[in-house]
Amino acid sequence: MTDMNMARAQLAPGEKSIIEFNDVNKWYGDFHVLKNINFSIKKGERIVVCGPSGSGKSTMTRCINRLEEHQKGEIIVDGIEMNNNLKNIEAIRKDVGMVFQHFNLFPHLTILENLTLAPIWVRKMPKKQAEEMAMHYLERVKIANQALKYPGQLSGGQQQRVAIARGLCMQPRIMLFDEPTSALDPEMIKEVLDVMVQLAEEGMTMVCVTHEMGFAKTVADRVVFMDAGEIVEANEPHEFFDNPQHDRTQMFLSQILNH
Amino acid sequence: MAIEFKPLPSLPPPVNSVGAVAWIRQNLLSSPLNIFLTLFSFYVLYLLIPPVVEWGILTATFDGASKAACTGGGACWAFIGVYFDQFMYGLYPSEETWRINLALILLVILIGTFAVKTVNKLYLSIGIIVVYPVIAYFLFAGGVFGLEVVETSLWGGLFLTTLLGVVGIVASFPLGVLLALGRRSNMPIAKSVCIVFIETIRAVPLITILFMASVMIPLFLPEGMNFNKLLRVLIGITLFSAAYMAEVIRGGLQAIPKGQYEAADAMGLTYWQSMVLVILPQALKLVIPGIVNTFIGLFKDTTLVYIVGMFDLLGRIQAATHDASWLGTTIEGYAFAGFIYWAACFGMSRYSMRIERKLETGHKRN
Repeated sequence: MTDMNMARAQLAPGEKSIIEFNDVNKWYGDFHVLKNINFSIKKGERIVVCGPSGSGKSTMTRCINRLEEHQKGEIIVDGIEMNNNLKNIEAIRKDVGMVFQHFNLFPHLTILENLTLAPIWVRKMPKKQAEEMAMHYLERVKIANQALKYPGQLSGGQQQRVAIARGLCMQPRIMLFDEPTSALDPEMIKEVLDVMVQLAEEGMTMVCVTHEMGFAKTVADRVVFMDAGEIVEANEPHEFFDNPQHDRTQMFLSQILNH
Repeated sequence: MAIEFKPLPSLPPPVNSVGAVAWIRQNLLSSPLNIFLTLFSFYVLYLLIPPVVEWGILTATFDGASKAACTGGGACWAFIGVYFDQFMYGLYPSEETWRINLALILLVILIGTFAVKTVNKLYLSIGIIVVYPVIAYFLFAGGVFGLEVVETSLWGGLFLTTLLGVVGIVASFPLGVLLALGRRSNMPIAKSVCIVFIETIRAVPLITILFMASVMIPLFLPEGMNFNKLLRVLIGITLFSAAYMAEVIRGGLQAIPKGQYEAADAMGLTYWQSMVLVILPQALKLVIPGIVNTFIGLFKDTTLVYIVGMFDLLGRIQAATHDASWLGTTIEGYAFAGFIYWAACFGMSRYSMRIERKLETGHKRN
């Protein structure tokens, strides 16, 4: 990584970061999946993470809410250090919403129940209030008329929008997206991206693993490129796409943009 | 200018693909082999049904005081009539059997109340699981409110079978869930305890466990300290069935995609919240067939209590066939026992299918 990119990965002094990775390392058995990750994200920033499969981009994102454990270094989210303390993990998970590649809606609950589950049980919100809030977010993802159906009765794009609304119902300070459009039919990608763009415009802090470069160009504050467990390059979108510094980045971009 | 796309209208299916005639053609006569199998089945039914009807109904005797009264040449159902009370209640005093009937009616009413929409289901469940057993126990055993004490050694017949079955089912289910969760837990001690328990119990025949419960345990207990044999047998049956239940439920837990666990974790649900609210409802629904299998097995396995000197339905029937005035009624006795067990197990099976349909939420498209 060049010095200039290093400077972009770290924040300028005085800027307050909401997520901080300091020398984070992680192994799956013997496999070194994250190598010396140093990265800061400030409040309200929209980060797009891209890279070839197996590069560690999902793993890094999932470390933010401890779906994956790191073995070395420190991760600080919203001022709380991520360690084995269950209280810390619970506190962070309350503030971090997550959207998965395969939606992971709960098939035995209606859409409305999917959305109110965490507010009622984690936030201890009264049922009626939770339902009102859920309906509000369903309106925002334009799917309120499906509230009483089950996930299995919805299309992939609709399910993913419900999943986004479910994440928002926790009223999180950070939203994580782990390849939210990769499992969708081409016709449904746009409806999900529209919702994400709208969310980005409202100033939500977002970390989004995706290959949708159009989305990255429109909404990202910074694009992060990872390969072999390292952050190779991180830069503002126009710099990242028009003037990639690293030959690995150039190769990746040429492969995904020219096909 | 673009051409407007209009989908073709949907038409009804061709006439000969629906209705009774089509059904017969498709299911009974679709190929030469099927035609042959259909005819062969009818022939077998023709061979079987008339003799059974003749023996069981046409030439059967329904009244009488001893085997000598059965002169029709067919079944001697009079035997069942005479012994009916004993088959149902064992040696429970006949003037007290209303207590068993009352407890049964109470249970039916309580379960029926589930259908009433305005009733709080949680309170009702607590009532059935916590309050009802206490009431039922005092009704059966007596000793309060002027009810005569009835020793558990007198309990028998279908009453005992049902008691063993129902208590075994109700108690082994939650225990099985806990064992299954324990076996998959990350805590090494809880995990080893569950594995050792499950593997030990599954490796031992039920007869051994019943024998241990009724004969061995009293030997190890200090002098003068003893607890009821029925209770010991109940505990034995419950533990035995819980081990099987645990493995069935573990199968369900393993079938739940990792994403469900992750989604629950990411929301900040605690371990128990994610299990009770997210994982178990799905896992248990998946393994309803296996759970019912275990229940039915348990219900029929209760007949083994004869080995420790308890007379359930089958034990009572066997004892009655040795009555000198009813010799030669073994077939009637076993036919009756078979019918009762079949009816109970078939009922459980149909009920479980109903629950499966009710819990279907469309994520499995068929």
